[in-house]
Amino acid sequence: MIHVSMAVNGRPASADVDPRTLLVQFLRENLRLTGTHVGCDTSQCGACVVHLDGRAIKSCTVLAASCEGAKVTTIEGLAAGGKLHPMQQAFQDNHGLQCGFCTPGMIMTAVDLVNREGSNIDEAAIRHGLEGNICRCTGYHNIVKAIAEGAREMGAAATPQAAE
Amino acid sequence: MGVTAIGASVKRTEDIRFITGKGRYVDDVNRPGQAYAYFLRSPHAHATIDRIDLSTALKAPGVVAIFSGDDIAADKVGGLICGWMIHSKDGSPMKAGAHPALAQGKVRYVGDHVAVVIADTYAQARDAAEKIEVSYTELPAVADTATAAAAGQQQIHEAAPGNTVYNWHIGDKAATDAAFAAAKHVTKLDLINNRLVPNPMEPRAAVGDYDSGTDTITLYTTSQNPHVARLVLSAFIGLAPEHKLRVIAPDVGGGFGSKIFIYAEETICAWAAKKIDRPVKWTSDRTEAFLADAHGRDHVTHAELALDAAGKITGLRVHTIANLGAYLSTFASSVPTYLYGTLLSGQYAIPSIYCEVDAVYTNTAPVDAYRGAGRPEATFVIERIVEIAARETGQDPAEFRRKNFINAFPHQTPVIMAYDAGDYAGALDKALKLADYKGLAARKSASASKGKLRGLGISAYIEACGIAPSAAVGSLGAGVGLWESAEVRVNPIGTVEVLTGSHSHGQGHETTFAQLVSSRLGIPIENVSILHGDTDKVQMGMGTYGSRSGAVGMSAIFKALDKIEAKAKKVAGHVLEASEQDIEFKDGKFTVKGTDKSIDFGSVALQAYIAHKFNGQELEPGLKEGAFWDPTNFTFPAGVHICELEIDPQTGVATIDRWTAVDDFGKLINPMIVEGQVHGGIAQGVGQALLEGAHYDANGQLLTASFMDYCMPRADNLPSFKIETIETVCPSNPLGIKGCGEAGAIASPPAVINALTDALGHEDIAMPATPQAIWRAAQKTMTTRAAE
Repeated sequence: MIHVSMAVNGRPASADVDPRTLLVQFLRENLRLTGTHVGCDTSQCGACVVHLDGRAIKSCTVLAASCEGAKVTTIEGLAAGGKLHPMQQAFQDNHGLQCGFCTPGMIMTAVDLVNREGSNIDEAAIRHGLEGNICRCTGYHNIVKAIAEGAREMGAAATPQAAE
Repeated sequence: MGVTAIGASVKRTEDIRFITGKGRYVDDVNRPGQAYAYFLRSPHAHATIDRIDLSTALKAPGVVAIFSGDDIAADKVGGLICGWMIHSKDGSPMKAGAHPALAQGKVRYVGDHVAVVIADTYAQARDAAEKIEVSYTELPAVADTATAAAAGQQQIHEAAPGNTVYNWHIGDKAATDAAFAAAKHVTKLDLINNRLVPNPMEPRAAVGDYDSGTDTITLYTTSQNPHVARLVLSAFIGLAPEHKLRVIAPDVGGGFGSKIFIYAEETICAWAAKKIDRPVKWTSDRTEAFLADAHGRDHVTHAELALDAAGKITGLRVHTIANLGAYLSTFASSVPTYLYGTLLSGQYAIPSIYCEVDAVYTNTAPVDAYRGAGRPEATFVIERIVEIAARETGQDPAEFRRKNFINAFPHQTPVIMAYDAGDYAGALDKALKLADYKGLAARKSASASKGKLRGLGISAYIEACGIAPSAAVGSLGAGVGLWESAEVRVNPIGTVEVLTGSHSHGQGHETTFAQLVSSRLGIPIENVSILHGDTDKVQMGMGTYGSRSGAVGMSAIFKALDKIEAKAKKVAGHVLEASEQDIEFKDGKFTVKGTDKSIDFGSVALQAYIAHKFNGQELEPGLKEGAFWDPTNFTFPAGVHICELEIDPQTGVATIDRWTAVDDFGKLINPMIVEGQVHGGIAQGVGQALLEGAHYDANGQLLTASFMDYCMPRADNLPSFKIETIETVCPSNPLGIKGCGEAGAIASPPAVINALTDALGHEDIAMPATPQAIWRAAQKTMTTRAAE
């Protein structure tokens, strides 16, 4: 066992874990933050995307041990003070989800995409930026609409980074 | 939000928990003291199990128990069933081999369940499984659908000589043969409907939990139909009587059919939890999903279409070999028969049809319903052969279809289905206009001048869903009825809970079902809760599949609301001191006709429960009513999808430039949700046509067992869609709903292949038409065109 400690959604989080523990397992099993999901075993589906020190990463492909001292934001930490993040609101407003399983990773990727490419991001860039996120329910049409609107709202609110 | 209307694009109430990470999926469920299950699976497609040596594994750290086929046999655990009896042409019943939850003596596909290790942690279970020693004697594998029944092939089940499950047929052979004998033109087509893996984003999972104090098993499972699971686990597998077995399907992350079936893993979790008196949790990884979730499609078909001198269709004959895999899954037998052959008329007035289906066992994963379940296969046959026939006889594909459309209803097809209402020409007209069909030639030239190949493909589909009238499917071999149930509970202050036998795993029932109640009772939608997925709460239901939740599930709610309204009127009559006949209910108010004496719904509810104003012996207190709705017919959504794409001959990449859909779903409850269903279905159909395919090699090894090798549609494989509807009211249910969940997946594959072959100038290209396949075909095209 090794000891890992980091900040998750603004709170300190630590535990003694098997060194093989993935970040997603640490979040889901040790911290009971079950909003981050596991959808595949080859790092492709994106259901596990969280932010590590402000950047989107696939938590199924990162060891908890390599997040020592880092700041992790999960879907549970995106809303601030009881108010939904504009990207979350945009997903509801545009029916950008059906079963909801890919949704946390999709939203976390979307926020990161806008952070990197700006709030004027167009449809082609959104579709390209979702290469690492698979959805089986929506056909992506409404996800793309949601992200475009979320991007505009993020730009309007001038929120340069996701909540740390 | 206030009262919401039917037909309004109301935002979904369920979204809040999903967008904030508060959904409760089965893998999120944790029971105190739980142990973890890991299944040891066969690495061989076909082998006898000579010996299983557990001695080393049992000593591994953290191991609580290891079970194999002998253990479940000793406990008399029943096998996994197929619930639909199909008879062959000769009248004999289908040949169903035994399907135990853990293999007994033999394994029949790579991934077949050999043993289960239960340990304190998942990692310990997995590590211990590697220490199990199994001696197998390999047998020749039968992995190819077309040759599975050929002489000399290894027999997979003793019960099924020639690996044949049944030889079924439908239609009139003599009349069809006569039509072909007299035909002026016959189009022939050999096609394969490629095998797919459903891959909902949430892998399957189960948690079995036993309470020895009450001798009750609770099973959390990723199911589309928890009551059906309970019925099968109790009545056929024999784990516990129904009243001692609770099945909960909480939030489920997509199903598309693959989560209908009762699988080995959930059976074992429920059984083992009682056996070791500890909760047992299992979660599939994605590779296991590829190996052991039920796959879809996998037909090999020869079809022929007969035309008369005027270019009208006079006959269709079809021969299909359908791969059912190594064991019969829960509904497997029905998919290539009564959900397939009965749709071969398409939207066309075809006087004679004859279809033969030979279902075979192979050493591959079981095959069962996957979005569309039989109807995509039928639509692919008819819309491909109609397209080719049009081209062969020099007729415009749209006009050829129009000429052959059914335009009077009801229409009895030669293959059981009687279509009740539709406007096929209307949908075609609208779709052609929206797709700017007239401008196609100019767009083709523009593409050609840039060295690209542009093509357009039409698909005029019809399907039969809203399954199904119980007596009708019973007469066709179904073991269950296909009604749906609803209980409407009005609480004393006027909020309402609806307990539905339908299940929502993405379809938005918490919103759409609440819309129905809100608009009917005139109460705000936020005062309505929809409960589903728990056999302790909802008494009985048949679940969600076959696009039935609107047509059947909501009709049950509608009928229960009829009873609520009737009872509430009685109560209102007492309160307003008027006769029940003089009470009107409108916009949430009960009014004495011709007066301004009124009382709102919430106040009536309170009066029903305090029972001060009436004699409780003459009129029972309370306001709670239930209904079971048994459909009188299938419903028949239909429409036209048009795919326009551009191929880059240098790379073989096909880019879908525009997608137009005009669908007739009858009445729409929530257009936003309907469109979302169509979007998702189209994506799956495009996936089938261009990207997806499950491949086994000659030894039955699954070559496509992860997202590395199986290409899932991603956002940049798809365009935005143009989705519109027309409406012909469905006459067979009170809301006029036809259903929309599967139509996109049914319509789309032929639209894509018709577009590709139009661009390439070839008659056929196999699915999936990958860039490599398109590139090869495009080289031929470019060479031919250069020579002209």
